[in-house]
This record gives sequence, structure tokens and C-alpha cells, in this order.
Amino acid sequence: MNKGYLLAVSLAAATVAFVVIGIVWPVPSAVAYAGRGALLRSSSTPEAAVENLGEDIRTQAWQKAYTGLANRAQFTEPEFVHDLTGYYPSLLTYSTLDKFEVRPLHASGNEAEIELKLQWSTVVGASVSTRNLRVVKNGDRWEPEWPIVKEPIVPPQVIPVNYLRWDVIYRGAGDDWGAQDVEAPHVRIVDMHPVERADGVVILGELLNEDVVPAYVSVTATLLSKNQSPIATEGSFDKISHLLLPKQVTPFLIKFPNVELSEVGSVRMAPLSTLVSASADPVIEIDNEQLHPAPGASLTGQLINQSGQVVNVAHVLGTFYDKSGQVIWIADEYIDRALSPQNPVPFEIHIPEDLARSVSSQRTVIATYSSGGSQ
Amino acid sequence: MSTRMAFLLCGMATVLMQMAFAENGSLRLPKTVEAGNSFSIQSTGSGKATLYIIGPEQVLKRDVQLGETALFPAGSLYNAGHYIVALAAESFTENDSLDVEPLSQPADLSFLARPSRLQVSLQDGITGAVYVFDAYHNLIAEPMPISFELSNPTGTVQKRVVVTRNGAAWTGMDSTAQQGIDKFVARTGGILSTRVVGQVPGDPCGLKMSAREAGKQVQLATDPVRDCNGNAVPDGTIVTFTEAYSGAQSTVDVPLKHGFAEVQMSVHSGAIFSVASGVVLGNQIRWGK
Repeated sequence: MNKGYLLAVSLAAATVAFVVIGIVWPVPSAVAYAGRGALLRSSSTPEAAVENLGEDIRTQAWQKAYTGLANRAQFTEPEFVHDLTGYYPSLLTYSTLDKFEVRPLHASGNEAEIELKLQWSTVVGASVSTRNLRVVKNGDRWEPEWPIVKEPIVPPQVIPVNYLRWDVIYRGAGDDWGAQDVEAPHVRIVDMHPVERADGVVILGELLNEDVVPAYVSVTATLLSKNQSPIATEGSFDKISHLLLPKQVTPFLIKFPNVELSEVGSVRMAPLSTLVSASADPVIEIDNEQLHPAPGASLTGQLINQSGQVVNVAHVLGTFYDKSGQVIWIADEYIDRALSPQNPVPFEIHIPEDLARSVSSQRTVIATYSSGGSQ
Repeated sequence: MSTRMAFLLCGMATVLMQMAFAENGSLRLPKTVEAGNSFSIQSTGSGKATLYIIGPEQVLKRDVQLGETALFPAGSLYNAGHYIVALAAESFTENDSLDVEPLSQPADLSFLARPSRLQVSLQDGITGAVYVFDAYHNLIAEPMPISFELSNPTGTVQKRVVVTRNGAAWTGMDSTAQQGIDKFVARTGGILSTRVVGQVPGDPCGLKMSAREAGKQVQLATDPVRDCNGNAVPDGTIVTFTEAYSGAQSTVDVPLKHGFAEVQMSVHSGAIFSVASGVVLGNQIRWGK
């Protein structure tokens, strides 16, 4: 009894002591994460200078980050901030820097080159961007030079747009019992097959809007065992372009984690389509698409917004085919910057290394979102 | 003695039965009534009673004098179905039934036409189903001929006459080769109901594009895009232009505007341009050397 009491008192005293120590003499990282300071150290080395810059960006201490740059005379602070967060509203505008990595590329007595890898947390997941920074010695301090990329600003102008727009009037509550409602768009799965991957079964396929009206689409799949009992049901979520204009095709990918293909007897597919108001604008050109072989297999290209409307978020979906024309993989990437008219924005979609050798051709589609609703 | 006794008992029983009948009353009512028509129910006996008529969605209650005729004016019973008629007096209850039948004259057609939009040239692609109702919205189960007519703006008319079974008739119609808004009419006994069916063009047919130089770019434009029946494919339909050159590729999804699609793409010597819409492939053009 006495021993237990003594132990309890000792633990309580130790806890109080550690709390007091933590408050009075906090470790620098704790201060930084509490938002009352930065995890900074002296810029006595090129790496430290870039780490300090990364920390300022993480805490959104834009002025401090800007004043620490060696080449700040070449651009203004707002231009520096826009370079990081985007000039037009985009995924980056509403993101925060989750973490960053610093990697020295080479160094001399007065100059060094450092790679700064920024990992942003966006609403659709992580977005990674990499900048190579030149770091110069200024007295006893190192100062990074920011490789500014000035986003071209679209000059004020009027761009006439007369693409088709569809609006829908649905039947009303007071309509006659037999009165027709507007017909849901007719969509068709033109390709579908399951494949086994390390983390489970994946359903790959393509969906065609064979109607003359726009469709909001999604696909649900149910895996059935050999005795036709359901194993699992999953949807395509964002691995699909949800808005399909007439005769447009979207790929879809549905993941079933922790399921083996040998357990599957059949697959029940349920495409869903709903009539929605939509616009045929904006038109996005996918330019200079190139397949890069393994290692680091990827599909790269540029998106060019051919319309006058700024596209805030673009979602690139790549469909990869083998020599026989069968879909072997579907991958996607969100573009974290807005697409302003006529300004090319690069994209890079990664392809699994084991499939890269089998890729013979590809097709890319773009889903776009502009502020004010999905387009 | 025994024979005399038997006659006496029989006579008493008859008198008692007649007395009871006269006191309890009995119902005389039609076995069937047309919906909405007037009818009467007669009772015998004397005294007061309450008459209940209980049926689908309707209950009537009437205080009656036994031995008199209760008149029910037109419109009293209008829902078709089987009704229980109960006469309740203080000392007895008597039950009977009657059927209310729909009027023979149709007054309303519920016409379901599906789909409201479909591609041209589809056999039995349009379905029409009719339910015939009388003025009180009772389903008329008696067979009657329904005339279905599908007419398109060019004047082509498809006609079918189908006799109803259990109040319903249905038919299938072909969509015509011509796009447009068709009128689908169902008619019987001077009553008609109209629906519209949009016939829309099918997949593009013979998709063809041409290319010409436009400064540092090449201007690609399709011919007017039509389906295999010559209908213009509607604006907004996506046409995909693809340029393949030295291991790279560029693609643009362009909606049709004023019947054709056009786009400007970068020029690459030896590039192959192709065009497609949905699952339909068009021609290819090799540019330069």
C-alpha cells in the first residue's frame, strides 16, 4: 500500500517537473511547430541557408523568406509569394508545406547548388515540387537565390466564347403521373478487366458517353466469389473524369485492397450516369506528350488552355495500353497550378516500373474545375 | 294424434319465421353498379336501422327506415371494387355485397413512353404503354382497342392498334432514320394522350478531316460531321485530334461547333494527324516529309 502510494506520488512529481521543463526550456522544434518561432539555425552553410528558407516557407513567413534571398532585387515579394502559391486560385493556394528536403548537388568556396524538394499538402493529397537553388556566400553568411518562375499574366481583354452549354429542366412535382422526365444519358463500358497487383485487385476500364447530352458519371464494381456471393464493392472515386461530354471517353480505375484475383469468380459493374448542366468550354490541348521508359517511367506533356477561362484545377488521367490495345494501367495527376489561357503547364504521370515495358500507347484526358463549379 | 301435432308445430314455426322476417328485414340490392351511377337498396321489415356500405377508399353510412327504399344519388359510389353492405338494427345485423364497376367509356389515358430520347434507326427502340381509366380514374378492365401513332416531322407515321388486357396495352415502335422530335400518340374512344420522343443522331460516320498550314501551326478541321443516315451530329460532341511525331504525341478534345470541329496544333515534320469521336475513327493525314 505504502509502496504504491510512493510510486504514484513519484510519477506525478516527475510529470509536473517535465511539463515545467518543457514550458521553460522548450526544444526548438516544439517552438517551431507551436507557431511561435522557426526551426532555424545560422546560415553558416549552404544547406543551413536553404533549410532556413524552407522553414520560412513552411511557416508562411513570406517576408522573412524574401528578405533572406540573395537575388531579391530581381523580383518583388508578391511575385515570390505568387511563385509559391500561384497567381490564380489553385490547389497550391489552399495548401500548406508539409515538409521539405534539402539535397546538396555541388559546392565550392563561394557558391553551391542545392536541391529543395517541397512537399505540399493539398486537398487532393500530397503535391511535390522541386527547385534547384544557387546559394552564394555573402560575408560569413550563405544566401540562397530563388529561381523565380514568373507566371505569365493574361492581359485584360475580352475573349468571345460561344461553345455550347447544356441546361436541364427536370420534371416537376405537379406533373402528370405518366409524364416523361428527361432521359438519363446513355453511357457504356467499352472496356473492363481486373488485374492483380501487390496490394489487391484493380479493375481497369473505359466508359463512353454515347449520348448527345453531357453526363455526370461514376462506376461501381462488385467482386463476386465463385459461388456468386459478394466479396466487396468499391467505386472509382476520383480515378475517373466525372463529366463526360457527348462521345467522350474516360478511363476508370477501381481498387480492391487485400483481395486476390483467384478468389474472384465474376465482377458486377454498375455505371451511373446523371444528366447535368455543363459547358463544352474550356478546351485543353495536351501538347508534346512523351512516354519515358523505366527507370522512372512516366508520361510527360504540357497542358494548354485554349479558352479564355482560367482553369483552377486540372486533373490529368492517363490510360496506358499494351500492343494489343488492352488497357494495362491508369494513372493520374492533379495540376497544382491554375491553367491560365494559352500558358503551357507541364505534367508528369508516373507509371509503375513493372508495367512500363508493356506500355505501347496511351491516351490522356483532362478533367477541369473552375471556380464557380465543375465545368 | 302425432300427425296433428306435427302440423301444429310446422304451422307455428312458419308463423314465427314470418314474424321474425318481418321484424328483422332483408336487403335487396343490385349486384353491380356502374361507378358514379345512382342506385337503391331496399329493405323489408319495420323499425329503424343503419346501412353501411364499405369499400375501397369509400364508406357510406345512412340511417334507414326498414321497409323503405334507400336511394343513393349519382356520384355516391365512384371507386370501382367490391363493397360490403351491412344493415345494422338494434336486434340484428344483415350483410350483403355489391360490386362497383368502372364506366365503359374511357375518360383518361395514362401513357408511358420510353425512352424520351434515343438514337435513330433502332428497331423496337420506343415502348409505349397505356392504362385506360374512366372519369373516376378507375382502371377499365374490359378489352378496348388502343391506337398508337408515332409520327416524325417528315410526315412518316407508324401505326399500331393493340387491344387492352386487364386495362393495359403496350407496343414497340422503331425509331426512324431521321432525327427530330417525334409525336407519340395513344388514342381510344375519342381520348388521346401525347408524348414526345427525341430521335437523335447516331455515331459519326465517315469522319474526315483536312489540314492546312496556318503560320507556324497546322489548322485541322473536320468536314461537317454526320451519322450514317446523314443526320448532322449535334454541336458539343467531342472530336479528338491526335498528332503523333517522333515518339511524342499531342491530343486535343474539341467539341463540335456549327457542325464541325477545328483546332490548331504545332507543326512537326513527319507528324501523323488522326481524328476520332467516341469509338469511331476517322482518317489520318501525314504532314510534311
